[in-house]
Amino acid sequence: MSASSLNVEELKAAHQGKDRFEMPDFYGIDDLLSEEHILIRNSVRDWVKRELSPVIENYAQEAAFPHHLIKGLAEIGAFGPQLPVEYGCGGLDYTAYGLIMQEIERGDSGIRSTASVQGSLVMYPIFKFGTEEQKRKFLPKLASGEMMGCFGLTEPDHGSNPAGMTTHFVEDGDDVILNGAKMWISNAPFADVAVVWAKNEEGKIKGIIVERGMEGFTTPETHNKWSLRASATGELVFDNVRVPKSNIFPEVSGLKGPLTCLNSARYGISWGALGAAMDCYDTALCYSKQRVQFGRPIAGFQLQQKKLAEMVTEITKAQLLVWRLGNLMNEGKATPAQISMAKRNNVEIALNIAREARQMLGGMGITGEFPIMRHMANLESVVTYEGTHDIHLLILGHEVTGENAFF
Amino acid sequence: MNILVCISVVPDTTTKITFTDNNSQFNREGVQFIINPYDELALTRALEITEKSGGEVTVIHVGGVENEPSIRKALAIGAHKAIRINKNPNDAQEAASEIANYAKDKGYDMILTGRESIDYNSGQVCGLLGAMLSLPSINVVMGLDVVDGQAVLTRDIDGGRETISCGLPLVASAQKDLVEPRIPNMRGIMAARTKPLEVLEPTGESNFSAHQSYDLPEPKSAVKMISPDNAGELIRLLREEAKII
Repeated sequence: MSASSLNVEELKAAHQGKDRFEMPDFYGIDDLLSEEHILIRNSVRDWVKRELSPVIENYAQEAAFPHHLIKGLAEIGAFGPQLPVEYGCGGLDYTAYGLIMQEIERGDSGIRSTASVQGSLVMYPIFKFGTEEQKRKFLPKLASGEMMGCFGLTEPDHGSNPAGMTTHFVEDGDDVILNGAKMWISNAPFADVAVVWAKNEEGKIKGIIVERGMEGFTTPETHNKWSLRASATGELVFDNVRVPKSNIFPEVSGLKGPLTCLNSARYGISWGALGAAMDCYDTALCYSKQRVQFGRPIAGFQLQQKKLAEMVTEITKAQLLVWRLGNLMNEGKATPAQISMAKRNNVEIALNIAREARQMLGGMGITGEFPIMRHMANLESVVTYEGTHDIHLLILGHEVTGENAFF
Repeated sequence: MNILVCISVVPDTTTKITFTDNNSQFNREGVQFIINPYDELALTRALEITEKSGGEVTVIHVGGVENEPSIRKALAIGAHKAIRINKNPNDAQEAASEIANYAKDKGYDMILTGRESIDYNSGQVCGLLGAMLSLPSINVVMGLDVVDGQAVLTRDIDGGRETISCGLPLVASAQKDLVEPRIPNMRGIMAARTKPLEVLEPTGESNFSAHQSYDLPEPKSAVKMISPDNAGELIRLLREEAKII
């Protein structure tokens, strides 16, 4: 569905001042951040309150992507803030990147997904594995939002087992001919470029940049999602697509390529999910102080206090987890298993908090008047993509036992 | 066009205000501080004017080192440089005298303030600066343009709106609706790292006035419902409890 039926200014005016989010910081974790981290975080928060919150519910209800937000997302640093300034990016550290993801997902997981895909799954592999020419050609435009990207790894028959992928290419002079299909691809319907992982004639996985307009490349949209409704999801279909060899990442082969990107994205998700959890907690806390039953606010009842106390405990633990993981990322020491732990834990607590918060709001919790049901439905995707909840468990199990339990 | 924007740093609007030392000191513990929202309007309009006509925006703040994050935010929003006068002013006159001493020989075309700070709400700095610097001062403006070297300002007046033209230099204070304040973007935050923030020692007078004590308003009591056929009780409550008739 197109967003043309939505008048953005009217929507914003109707919701003016409604987003009164206040972040829980029970352990004074702000003291662990730099002055600049806090300025970045607060600026993104202000932007989300002003631009995203007033319109997001309607876009989600109409299953439309708010294209008009792309420029603003780029300006606040949502696209590759951790990549170097010389390619038009932010040159910020991973803590700043995480805080930006936290604040965007505090607004909506779908919009954070767009930012994660652009920054970690498209720009990061081009930066890490691309030629100098590829970096100069794509990164500045991706950072500014002038160009949007998507990432093709998952296939209809290969999700948790990407090594089994069947998308492949054969050489033909200075080009390759690409065939196959990718599924569940965020940003696909409007992406200008796709970073696609496909096997070469020797069966080795290579990264290849496919550009919109190349003959035989189509991106049909996936409809009828109950989750990430304000994010555009689609397929990538390659029917004898001719791609110049200069679009292939020369240095990287095998699953190391896509998994490196996923590490960066999963790191961002561990912060993002925390943002969604904070929004659900803050909404439930405010509601419980105002909602009167049996002659007093429901915040005064033990069962509600148990929910709130457990929520803020889990949020605080998750904050400390990502804060430490951010420092490990900044030092280049974070391991994939450490990232799996944070992604798995923080999405799980966010989902649990969303469900508890939903109950605290009673019937109001299921309406679009409050963000909780939207967060909860979104998090069902977040707990599944970028390594399912169970796969992260197996990564951790492998790490601590040395035994591979995947197959 | 060079513009000086005066910024004060105030508790966030959601702060729960408490006092210490027998209600004589504001309790800063756990309070988030922000740029005074009216001053942000002045800053944003100053940036728009200089982006069109050229020139620089300098922000000035009279306060302690603890307020530098807010000054850095002003630089991230787009101010070219910042001055901090190292003194916690007791009142508007102390702040204004420091700003006037700094600004008097700098040749600014405009000095902008917010209409008032949202903490002590004295709303005097604009007028005081005009008096101290012998410049016209126009307060509570909701429109500010420069046309052919003249400032054109609009103000709400009782039952309508007035448009004023005024030669430069001048002092003016910003009111709501002047402009939508800017949110710092990533480039601005990065650029703020290297913009100059100069700290100067105070030169003006002190101790014009002193705070004796503060009182918080009485907590709001619950609504009393009175039956429509019991007007007598309503009159009694208004007279004896509310003491308004």
